[in-house]
Amino acid sequence: MAAPYLRIQRLTKKFGAFTALDDISLEIAEGEFVCFLGPSGCGKTTLLRAIAGLDIHTSGRIEQAGRDISALPPTKRDFGIVFQSYALFPNLTVAKNVAYGLENTRARRADVTKRVRELLDLIGLAEHTSKYPAQLSGGQQQRVALARALATAPGLLLLDEPLSALDAKVRVYLRHEVKQLQRRLGVTTIMVTHDQEEALTMADRIVVMNHGVIEQIGSPLQIYREPASPFVADFIGVMNFVTGTIVRDGLVRLGRVDLACEADGFAPGTQVTVAIRPEDIVVEDVAGDQREALSGRVDALTFLGSFFRADLVSEALGNVLVRADLPVDLVRRRGIAEKSVLAFAVPRERIRVYPGGALHR
Amino acid sequence: MRAFIGVIGLYLVVALALPLGLMLGKSLQGPRDEFVGVANYVRYFSTPALVQSIGNSLWVASLSTVITVPLAFGYAYALTRSRMRLRGLFKTVALVPILVPSLLPGLALVYLFGNQGLIKGALRGHSIYGPIGIVMAEVFTTFPHALLIILAALALADARLYEAAVALRASRPRIFWTVTLPGARYGLISATFVVFTTVITDFGAPKVIGGQYNVLATDVYKQVIGQQNFQMGAVVSVILLVPAVFAFLVDRAVRRRQVALLSARAVPYEPKPQPGFDLAMLAYCVVIGAAILSIVAVSQYAALVKFFPYNLTFTLAHYDFDQKGGGGWASYYNSVRLALLTGVIGTVIVFVGAYLVEKARGFAFGRALFHFLAMLPMAVPGLVLGLAYIFFFNAPANPLNVLYRTMTILVLNTVVHFYTVGHLTALTALRQMDPEFETVSASLKQPFYRTFWRVTVPVCLPSTLDIAIYLFVNAMTTVSGVVFIYGPQTELASISVLNMDDTGEIASAAAMAMMIFYTNVGARGLHLLLARWLERRTQAWRRR
Repeated sequence: MAAPYLRIQRLTKKFGAFTALDDISLEIAEGEFVCFLGPSGCGKTTLLRAIAGLDIHTSGRIEQAGRDISALPPTKRDFGIVFQSYALFPNLTVAKNVAYGLENTRARRADVTKRVRELLDLIGLAEHTSKYPAQLSGGQQQRVALARALATAPGLLLLDEPLSALDAKVRVYLRHEVKQLQRRLGVTTIMVTHDQEEALTMADRIVVMNHGVIEQIGSPLQIYREPASPFVADFIGVMNFVTGTIVRDGLVRLGRVDLACEADGFAPGTQVTVAIRPEDIVVEDVAGDQREALSGRVDALTFLGSFFRADLVSEALGNVLVRADLPVDLVRRRGIAEKSVLAFAVPRERIRVYPGGALHR
Repeated sequence: MRAFIGVIGLYLVVALALPLGLMLGKSLQGPRDEFVGVANYVRYFSTPALVQSIGNSLWVASLSTVITVPLAFGYAYALTRSRMRLRGLFKTVALVPILVPSLLPGLALVYLFGNQGLIKGALRGHSIYGPIGIVMAEVFTTFPHALLIILAALALADARLYEAAVALRASRPRIFWTVTLPGARYGLISATFVVFTTVITDFGAPKVIGGQYNVLATDVYKQVIGQQNFQMGAVVSVILLVPAVFAFLVDRAVRRRQVALLSARAVPYEPKPQPGFDLAMLAYCVVIGAAILSIVAVSQYAALVKFFPYNLTFTLAHYDFDQKGGGGWASYYNSVRLALLTGVIGTVIVFVGAYLVEKARGFAFGRALFHFLAMLPMAVPGLVLGLAYIFFFNAPANPLNVLYRTMTILVLNTVVHFYTVGHLTALTALRQMDPEFETVSASLKQPFYRTFWRVTVPVCLPSTLDIAIYLFVNAMTTVSGVVFIYGPQTELASISVLNMDDTGEIASAAAMAMMIFYTNVGARGLHLLLARWLERRTQAWRRR
């Protein structure tokens, strides 16, 4: 692997007694799209602002393109930034906003005009050049903000919750737009978001953060399929947590049932938390002789458009509530309703086991 | 940026903190500058004639407050809760007292109720010279200040609260007591303290119409000008500072709460026509408006006739200021010069200062200290500031003493005296701007001053104009701040009014006071035109 474009080493940021970032290390390759994901107050925005030089970190080191930028003010760093609030200059037209960073770079006026034209074409707003920001829709304003950030061709693009202020539909559309643009320009990009769907659909890699530390770094699929901690498992998507005990390698006991799983390295008798995604619970094709076959009563059935979510109460598991996602077709065919009793199974490779019991709920 | 904070901070230190500190020190010194501890205070409190003034000041201020606040509330209620006609006109009329020096109502009251007054009988033998006259003049002076605060509070009304109350079948009086009054309570508290402080620190009205009735503000003046007893002047100043600082702190606390009310998303209240109620409100406003205008009208009429009200022959003799006791026409031009300089220089200083407090990064301690210094003038009465200037700028050891009695020191003083309101106006405008503008500019490699010039200043232009006109009007009318520091070459129009009143040339004093009024009206008109023009020319981006 080539040398990383951005290297963060042992970064710590303290606000008085509060540690906002605790010993963060991270490497980002050139051209990569990385999302910082986490609940509010997890330190993701603080990390972004440290990279931008807006809040200087307490200790640690940041290198960009092989250069130590830790002590540099924002003006001496190489990045473009887009905020949730757009921060477009209200008294300047769209064209003047985009040209703002180009104007005192000794560039010829004709070149500036050409570059602005190019950028506005790129974001599809060429016919709005002489409008003021207040005359544009939220989505259009955010695209102008993006064009303004990209105008100086920065090596690093920072996006601070750029889509959070927009309507749901526009947001989904712009996710795609931004991702396309990023891929076309190949600019290394970091986006901060608390919206997991946004992170999962846009990022090459996701950095999940909580309480100032990195919980997991990985591709969207890794993060979703193999969450490294109960926190990540709970934060991304929907997850069932059941407390259990290890019987031996590859076997965990939940209530009165022993389930096959891929966990090893735990001593027999260890208390663990077992995590299962609702969509991984199999109701179809459960043969009576299959060892993991369980049964549960449908306590509630919620229609969620493309599928049903069933709250199953399983006596065998110790009367815990397990959520299972059932295809609409299956529910209709089998006539599943509240109070139905269903046999279900969990494929062994879909079971995640974390040390410690009763971590959640 | 730190350098800029340093420069403007230094100005506030030199023009405010050092003089005030020196004055506090003076109150603890004897006639030869030796330290005497609290001896001056002991002497003050054992002199009944002086202590009497504390009671007088409190009495006059309380009475004025109790009268002004309900009057202003009724007027504000009429403007916001009724559909009576001419609301815009009545609001303008109510703001007239802001444009005249606080000496003017005193002069008019002398003409109306004085020993040879037009309707002297209305007082049933009581003398206008004393608490009655002071209170009447102070109600006139403080009315618009209370009105503006209460108007702002009533404008916050949420229509949904009224709709909810009506839906719950509450009666009109019950809605008034449970929705209207609680909604305006912070405004009422704030107005109460503002009126009280303004009266207790005002010097103009008691000077003109107080007669033998001594209050704290006139005591400072008498100790300093009459008896040259600077130490005792400092003691009275410190005592005057106590209620002002107290009121200031309460007002700050109350305003902070009001912000929390504001943040709720409210639907503005639109009153519905109610013919009877609207007519009653109109009648009320006509009475108040007529009272305000009659004070101004009497002053103008008296200035244009030989001897009001006995010889009503028209004459311009009272305008021959150069033959009178004051500073002549030169003092009028000095005032205009001071007002222009204060308006222009003050606006630049205030706005740049507020920008640095709000937008600079880091250096938190320096910015907090700066903000404190910017808020301080609100709590310092003009007389106190003026006396502090004598101590600081008239000291032979101070190299800045060359400024004493010059136009420069008058500008320095006036800008500081009225600093706080401008500072708060600028802060409000700056806070409405996206806090990330500076960050975006930094990422685009633009120096902060470029963004300041191209974005911040244009966006805040309407507010800067408001600051400029506020400084201009106050520089025209102020007496208390400058009465100790003007010189023979720099006498001001408002001081001339004071001096001509002292020498008994009341008609000329009224004429000069009205010159101040017309100048301010002109400035306000110009401000209005300029603001409209600017809105059309440069604020196109505000329209959708």
